Amino acid sequence: MQFSEQWLRSWVNPSLNTDELSYLLTMAGLEVEEVNAAAPAFSGVVIAEVKEVVKHENADRLRVTKVDAGTGELIQIVCGAPNVAVGLKVPCALPGAVLPGDFKIKPTKMRGVESGGMLCSGKELGVPDDADGLLLLPADAPVGTSIRDYLSLDDSLFTLKITPNRADCLSIKGLAREVAALTDSALQPVAIAPVVPAHDQTLPVRIDAPQGCGRYIGRVVKGVNAAAPTPDWMKRRLERSGLRSISAIVDVTNYILLELGQPMHAFDLAKLDGAITVRMARAGEKLVCLNEQEVALGDHLMVIADDSKPVAIAGIMGGLGSGVTTASQDVFLESAFFAPEMIAGKARELGFGSDSSYRFERGVDFQQQRDAIERATALIVEICGGEAGPLTEAQGQLPQRQAVAVRSARVNKVLGLDLVPDAIAAIFSRLGLDYDNTAEGFAVAPPAFRFDIEIEEDLIEEVARVYGYDAIPSDAPRSRMKMLPLPETRRPRELIRQQLAARDYQEVVSYAFVDERWERDFAGNADPVRLINPIAAQMSVMRSTLLGGLVDVLVGNVNRKQPRVRVFEVARTFRKSAEGFDQPEKIAGLAWGSRLPEQWGAKTERVDFFDVKADVEALLHPQPAEFRKAAHPACHPGRCAEIFLAGQLVGVIGELHPQWVQQYDLPSAPVVFELEYAVVEAQRHVKAAPVSKFQPVRRDLALVVDEQVEVGAMLASFRQVAAEIVSEVALFDVYRGKGVPEGKKSLAFRVLLQDQAKTLTDAEVEVVVSSLLEAVSTNHGATLRL
Amino acid sequence: MNNVDTILESGLSALDAVQDLVELEQVKARYLGKSGELTELLKQLGKLPADDRKAAGAAINAAKQSFEARHNERRDLINADKLARQLAAESLDVTLPGRGSAVGGLHPVTLTLERIATLFRSLGFEVADGPEIETDFHNFQALNIPENHPARAMQDTFYVEGGDVLRTHTSPIQVRYMLNNEPPIKIVAPGRVYRVDSDATHSPMFHQMEGLWVDQDVSFADLKATVTDFLRRFFERDDLQVRFRPSFFPFTEPSAEIDVLGERGWLEVGGCGMVHPNVLKNVNIDPEKYTGFAFGIGLDRFAMLRYGVNDLRLFFENDLNFLKQFN
Repeated sequence: MQFSEQWLRSWVNPSLNTDELSYLLTMAGLEVEEVNAAAPAFSGVVIAEVKEVVKHENADRLRVTKVDAGTGELIQIVCGAPNVAVGLKVPCALPGAVLPGDFKIKPTKMRGVESGGMLCSGKELGVPDDADGLLLLPADAPVGTSIRDYLSLDDSLFTLKITPNRADCLSIKGLAREVAALTDSALQPVAIAPVVPAHDQTLPVRIDAPQGCGRYIGRVVKGVNAAAPTPDWMKRRLERSGLRSISAIVDVTNYILLELGQPMHAFDLAKLDGAITVRMARAGEKLVCLNEQEVALGDHLMVIADDSKPVAIAGIMGGLGSGVTTASQDVFLESAFFAPEMIAGKARELGFGSDSSYRFERGVDFQQQRDAIERATALIVEICGGEAGPLTEAQGQLPQRQAVAVRSARVNKVLGLDLVPDAIAAIFSRLGLDYDNTAEGFAVAPPAFRFDIEIEEDLIEEVARVYGYDAIPSDAPRSRMKMLPLPETRRPRELIRQQLAARDYQEVVSYAFVDERWERDFAGNADPVRLINPIAAQMSVMRSTLLGGLVDVLVGNVNRKQPRVRVFEVARTFRKSAEGFDQPEKIAGLAWGSRLPEQWGAKTERVDFFDVKADVEALLHPQPAEFRKAAHPACHPGRCAEIFLAGQLVGVIGELHPQWVQQYDLPSAPVVFELEYAVVEAQRHVKAAPVSKFQPVRRDLALVVDEQVEVGAMLASFRQVAAEIVSEVALFDVYRGKGVPEGKKSLAFRVLLQDQAKTLTDAEVEVVVSSLLEAVSTNHGATLRL
Repeated sequence: MNNVDTILESGLSALDAVQDLVELEQVKARYLGKSGELTELLKQLGKLPADDRKAAGAAINAAKQSFEARHNERRDLINADKLARQLAAESLDVTLPGRGSAVGGLHPVTLTLERIATLFRSLGFEVADGPEIETDFHNFQALNIPENHPARAMQDTFYVEGGDVLRTHTSPIQVRYMLNNEPPIKIVAPGRVYRVDSDATHSPMFHQMEGLWVDQDVSFADLKATVTDFLRRFFERDDLQVRFRPSFFPFTEPSAEIDVLGERGWLEVGGCGMVHPNVLKNVNIDPEKYTGFAFGIGLDRFAMLRYGVNDLRLFFENDLNFLKQFN
């Protein structure tokens, strides 16, 4: 909401300067977003009357004028404006004047002719004006008066951000009431007297939707000159509130909206057919609104209707066909109270709202309709002439206001204060809230202009606001101490992230909504969770995998010429489920480029499956992960594994499928992994086992097997038959080439044997090793390499 | 006796001339070996008259000791010299870069989140989490935001098929936590949130952190103290000016915006207030017995302020050149 400081000060004028007033409003919850001067600084400009205009002897475009600036003698001024003429009232900068931009006015000669000042355009004074040339002032503008005073230019325009609960501050009257309460200063409301009817013509008014319309007051004003000009003072106040002047009668209704916060509407009486009814719209009814939009009305919309048709959507916008125009002769004025519940949400639904709907949906003082229509009538009669008829009023259900109990002790408990009841009472008085004393505090009657006072907390907030948030102490809180749980079976989040960072992965954050194609390509998900209102087509579904985002990050960084990309992300993923949605967190990584950063001491080799597998194993350590060859939509079918923990599928690892490498324009394939976050987080609680005091015995086994035999399967066979004294079996070399037949490979295993109680004998070792050999020979056709 | 002196003299100069250990041992053998010159002198001692024998023996032994001392000295010198040469030969260009893997790093928003979580843990706040696709109940209704409430227009909501929403704030986490836990409750709830808004200063996905403390006698004064303390610790400025400005949120009352005084005036950094009694009732907590405060801050905004980032979008572009600055 925007308003003029001068207008506000005509209602309440505390001894605060503009900055102080701004701070006061902000700290009372009426945030001042902007304060702008109505005009830039300038001085020494007065109103002058042009008395004489003659051509300049030496310049075609210049005229030599003589003006009366109230200085007691005529001043000769050379002027270049095309619109200068005898008899006009214009702004005149006298010698010594300083115009915007620090432009100083001195007596001078222009092409040989003395010029004792300067006649000014609106532009030169920083005042908005459409005229080409001098700023033309009304004929009755008093000569010699400062233009700043005459045009009220020493004014500031305040822009406020009013929160939805403070509709009562959406008017000069409301703001003035608030400022008076906050500063404890006197309110000078505008005087409103009933207009004595000059005829007795009325339009019957009926309310058929009493829950939506609490009050409807109408009046016929006959014989107006709707084309009369709006007075400058009113135009100025409207403009400084951000509204354009339209026509006198519309301007008056807008003026009342700004001044009192009461939305009004003026119909052209000639276009109304019979009586006025406030009712719900009927199916099939339509209305072309003032914004020229045609609305198909539904029975949830309340309308103002005459005997044959709806003529306005109640509280939101009038109809184009029935509104007052400059040709109107008789008008019908409306001043009503529409219930917030009836108006709320409708503007969003219609796609348009208005200053009226904005106020009605937040709550308008339901006792000011009569004042508003009397004030509006008086202004219309004053500006446009005409004769007012009597008021017609119909009532529906007005809001009920229940007294709210406030306990002094509760006020102090919630705010952390120690106020005596009298101090609280004083705040209520300043806010204009009526109250009765009760045993524990007060019973406060919410006024008709407040829609945010229903419970005790609403009033506690009022006490805090007026007492001042700044004044509430902020000593360190006292609390019952309790230590936080620290489960050792769950690794802290930051540790997991740090672990990947320490393995040279960079954390990224990508959007949860993705291109539907990513879901198909990287998760084989044909039925992703769809957004109803995505901001873009390529952000229309919720991701079930983080891989798409990582590939996208890779693409972006490859385009930025990064030679090596290693990234990870931890985030929620989304899938449909029987109960609604599964939203597990996942942790995913991608590595592309060289295994190590290019450096002097290591060969530059491309990162591969096994490099990333080590990262995954480290992440899951000490849980023994099992990797089973698998097919996955994102991955190369020969270079992909599903990851199992205790037989449960927890993730996937693989080289990106060559098809996606090509489609996503990548120079080569990255290796990616994705794991359920919960299993990474899980940690076993260690129970220490005794450590043997006897030396381990090591035996190395070099075994030749067919190429397709999997190491994992052999290790499983070893585990199956391994005696208790086998403490480790691990692969340490893979060899192909000389000495190993084509189609075969040689695998070297390290076997560690150790007993808890004694040193092992060669014989004992040999028994165990032969059983191991026998197992892999039987299961996998392995032979010892000689 | 002259003979002893002469032999010693020549022995010592032979030792001095020696350059390596092999030669050194040869010289030693020449004088102290089985038939070394000094050994020979000792052997001939018996031939001397008994009166001279003692003195001569002492002289020879003295010469022997001198020789051995010089020999040891010489050996240490040669060893030291040899070691010095070996070490010189083995010296590295220590300015060559280290070998092996590099290190990655965390996203600046994560760094910010962790710092803030750590600060609140030190006050006994636990970190809580919740789903991002939320029900209307958890995201709006339980938080005292009924259908058609004007406050809903303040946040443009993403809807998913079926009518659920992408959470527009982290507040539903507190709803879930309060439904499942009894006071005293002290949590912070960080996470991703979503609003239909995208320009230079808005991202459709961003990060918030919610704080909640519900107990007997938690007051607005406690709220002010906790938030002020947090802001001063986070920005590491004990003199940071913080102000609380009345505002409106449906889920708190009284409500406040939190401003800090920056170089260019007051800067809004979050919202807070006393938990609205309707919210407490909605999660089955008795507002007569318990009061609480809640606050919400934008983690992205805090990261921007802390690290001097001027464009929010940088956090979501994932340009490694940008991200690696924080490692």
